[in-house]
Amino acid sequence: MTTHRITAFLLSGSLFLGLALTANALSGPKIPQARGEKCVEPVEMMRRNHMEFLKHKRDATMRWGIRTEKHSLIGCIECHAAKGEDGKYIPVNDPDQACHSCHDYTAVTMDCFSCHATVPKKGAAPAGSKGDS
Amino acid sequence: MSSKKTVFLTIEGKSLGFYFLLGVFALMVLAGLGASYYMEHHGHVVTGMNNQIVWGMPHVFAVFLIVAASGALNVASISSAFGKVAYKPLARLSALLAITLLVGGLVVLVLDLGRPDRLIVAMTRYNFKSIFAWNIYLYIGFIGVVAAYLWMMFEQRMNRFTSAVGTFAFVWRFILTTGTGSIFGFIVARQAYDAALLAPTFVIMSLSFGTAVFILMLHFIYSMTGRELGDLLVGRLRNLLSIFVAAVFYMTLIFHLTNLYGTQHHGVERFLLLEGGVFTQVFWIGQIGIGTLAPLALFWLPGINKSRGSILLGSLMVVIGGLSQIFVIIIGAQAYPLTLFPGKTVSSSFFDGAINTYSPSLPEWVLGISGFGIALLATLIAIRVLPFLPQRLTDAQTES
Amino acid sequence: MSTTKRPDNRGRRRFLTAAGGVTAVATIAPGVRLIQRVLAKEDDQAVSSAVRWGMLINTNKCATGCNDCVTACNSEHGLRDTGRPDTDPQWIRKVKLVDDQTGKETSLPMMCQHCEKPPCVDVCPTGASFRRTDGVVLVDKHICIGCRYCMMACPYKARSFVHQTLTDQRPWSPRGKGTVEACTFCVHRVDRGQQPACVEACAGADHGALVFGNLNDPKSEISKRAKAVSSRQIRADLDLNTGVRYEGV
Repeated sequence: MTTHRITAFLLSGSLFLGLALTANALSGPKIPQARGEKCVEPVEMMRRNHMEFLKHKRDATMRWGIRTEKHSLIGCIECHAAKGEDGKYIPVNDPDQACHSCHDYTAVTMDCFSCHATVPKKGAAPAGSKGDS
Repeated sequence: MSSKKTVFLTIEGKSLGFYFLLGVFALMVLAGLGASYYMEHHGHVVTGMNNQIVWGMPHVFAVFLIVAASGALNVASISSAFGKVAYKPLARLSALLAITLLVGGLVVLVLDLGRPDRLIVAMTRYNFKSIFAWNIYLYIGFIGVVAAYLWMMFEQRMNRFTSAVGTFAFVWRFILTTGTGSIFGFIVARQAYDAALLAPTFVIMSLSFGTAVFILMLHFIYSMTGRELGDLLVGRLRNLLSIFVAAVFYMTLIFHLTNLYGTQHHGVERFLLLEGGVFTQVFWIGQIGIGTLAPLALFWLPGINKSRGSILLGSLMVVIGGLSQIFVIIIGAQAYPLTLFPGKTVSSSFFDGAINTYSPSLPEWVLGISGFGIALLATLIAIRVLPFLPQRLTDAQTES
Repeated sequence: MSTTKRPDNRGRRRFLTAAGGVTAVATIAPGVRLIQRVLAKEDDQAVSSAVRWGMLINTNKCATGCNDCVTACNSEHGLRDTGRPDTDPQWIRKVKLVDDQTGKETSLPMMCQHCEKPPCVDVCPTGASFRRTDGVVLVDKHICIGCRYCMMACPYKARSFVHQTLTDQRPWSPRGKGTVEACTFCVHRVDRGQQPACVEACAGADHGALVFGNLNDPKSEISKRAKAVSSRQIRADLDLNTGVRYEGV
C-alpha cells in the first residue's frame, strides 16, 4: 500500500510540474513593441532568419562598404530600442528588451553586444545618410 | 638465456604516491583553468601583457612545451627511423611524451587567446599565408601521426610498419618545429626576428629540451615505481643531450655574431647582451650559464659525469636554460622598440622608442605552469592505463 | 563621263558634325557626373579597386604640442582614457623625433599605414585582418580570435588589443574586449563621401597637415600634391607600399 501511495505522489507531482512548465513555455517571450509600422521583413521570416540577415549584412558592410539600412544592426536597434520613463534609451540587450527576451527564452547566446552599441545615438549615422535619429 | 623481448607493463597505480601526484597535477590543471577564466572574464588588463609586450609568460611556457614535445619524439625516431635498437624499449614513452607535452602547450596557448570561445573559428577559417594557420594543421596532425605511431608499436601485428610510420613522424616533427621557429623568423618588423636562422635553431632546441625532459621523466617514473633503470642507457641519453646542448649554443653564437657584424642590429644586440636589465641577466645566467655551460660541465667532466645525480641536475638545468632562452626570444624581442626612424630619438604616448618593461602577473604564471600540469597529468594517467614502459631497463638488456 | 552635279554635302556634314558633337557631349557629360558620383559612392554600392585611399602628412605643419588629430579620433571612435596608458588602445598617436646628430625636432602623427602588402594580413591565422579592395586595412572583429600575432608583425605598432570590457560604444565603431583594432581611415565616414575625423579636425583648426583622398585619381588633391612634393613611406625598405606618406621627415 505504501509503495502505491509513493508512486501516486510522484506521478501526480511530475504531472503538475510538467503542466506548469508547459504553461510557462507556451506563454512565449514577451517582446516590447517596436517603433514604426512594420519590420523590414515579415515577422515569421525575421524570427527564423534574422541571424542570417545580420551575418550576411555585416560582411557586406565590412568587406564591401555597403551601408544600406535594411538588415543593418543599427537599423534594427533604431526601431527596437525602447525608451525608459526618463526618456533615455534602454539598452536593447537588457532583460525583457527586444533581443534578450527571445534569446533568454530560447537559451541561445548572442555575442553582438560585447562590441556593438546597444542604443541608438543621436546622429548615429554621419549626416548625409538615411536613418538619422 | 635472457629473453630478448622487452616486457611492457603499466604502472601499478595504487599507491598513496600515485594518488598524491594525481591530485597535485589535477590541482595544477584546475588552477590553470581558473587563471584562464579570470583573464578571459576581466580581459587581459589583469595580466602583465599590454600593447607593447603582447605575448608573455603563457607563451613562453607554451612554446617551450611545444618545442620540447617535438624533441621528446627524438628517442623514438632514433630507434625507428635510424634503427638504433638500444633505444627501442623507450620508443613508446617517447611518443607518449610527445603527445602530452604538445597538448599541454596547445591548451595554454588557446586559453590565453583574447577570444578562446572562438577556437572553432580558428579551426574552420584559414588564411594559408599565415604560419599560424599551417601550425594548427601541423600540431593537430602531429598528434594523429604519433597516435598512429603508437598503435604500430602497441599492436604486434602492426609492428612491421613501425619503422615507416616512425620515419613519417620524424619528418613531420621537423616541419612542425620549423613552423614554430618560423612564427618568429617570418616577422620582418622586429630587430631581433626576421632571421631564417630561427627555424633551424628551434629544431635544434627541440632536440635539446625534448631529450632533457625525457631523461627527467624516465628517471622519476622508474625510481618512483621501483623499476630498474640501468646506467648504460641513461648514459647514452646523456651523451646525446650534451651534443644537442652544444649545438644550441652554436646556433645562438652564430645568430648573435651575425647580428653584431651589421651596424643596424647593434642596438638590439647591445640591449639583449648588455643593457637589457632582466633580459641580459636571463640570457647570460639562465640561458648560457645554467642552460649551457653548467650542464656541459656536468655531462663532460670525467669525475662527475657518470653519476645519475649529475645527469638529472644537468637535464633540469637544460630545462631552465630552455625556458630562459625562449623568454629572451619572445619577450626580450618585444621589449626592444621598433626602429621606425633610425638615427633619431623617438618618444610618444604609445611608448615609441622606449624600452618596454614586463612584469608577469600571477594568473600568467599559473596558466603557464599549468601546461606542465596538463602534460604530467596526461602522462601519469596514460602509463597507468596502457603499457608504455618496459618492466625493466637493465644494462644487460641495453648491451644485447 | 557623267557630269551630274554632285549634291552639296558640306551643309549636311556641318550639321552632322555638330549633331555628333552635341550627342557626344550629351552622352559623356552625365558619364562624367556619374564618375564623380561613383567616387562618392552610393550606400548600396560595393567599394572597388578603382579607388585607393591614402593620406599625405606634411610634418612641417605638425606642431609638437598639437594633438587635434588624436583628440578627434578618440572622440569619433569612443576611445577612452582609463588611466592605463600601456593597455589603453591608441589608434593614432603623435610621435616626437629628435635627430641624434643635428638636434632637429619633428612631430608627426603615426597610425595604421594601410599598406598595400600588409604584414598583419599575412600573419592573421583566421583572415580577420584583411585589406579592402579600396586599400583600407581592417580587422573583422567577428572572426578575430585575439591571438595578437598581427600586433607582433606590424612594423608601425599600429594595432591595439582591447584589454578590458567596453561599454557605450559608438554605433559606427563597434569595439570589444579580446579583439585587436587599429585606425580604419574612418571607413564609416569615407564610404559616405566624408573625410576621416583626424583630417577634418586638422583642417578645421587650420593646420592643414593632413590630406586624405584617392591616390588612384590623378586629379585629387592628394595625388596632385604627392606628385609635386617629396614624400616618403616610413620603413620604405620593407617595400609595403603604404597608403600613408610623410613629407618633411
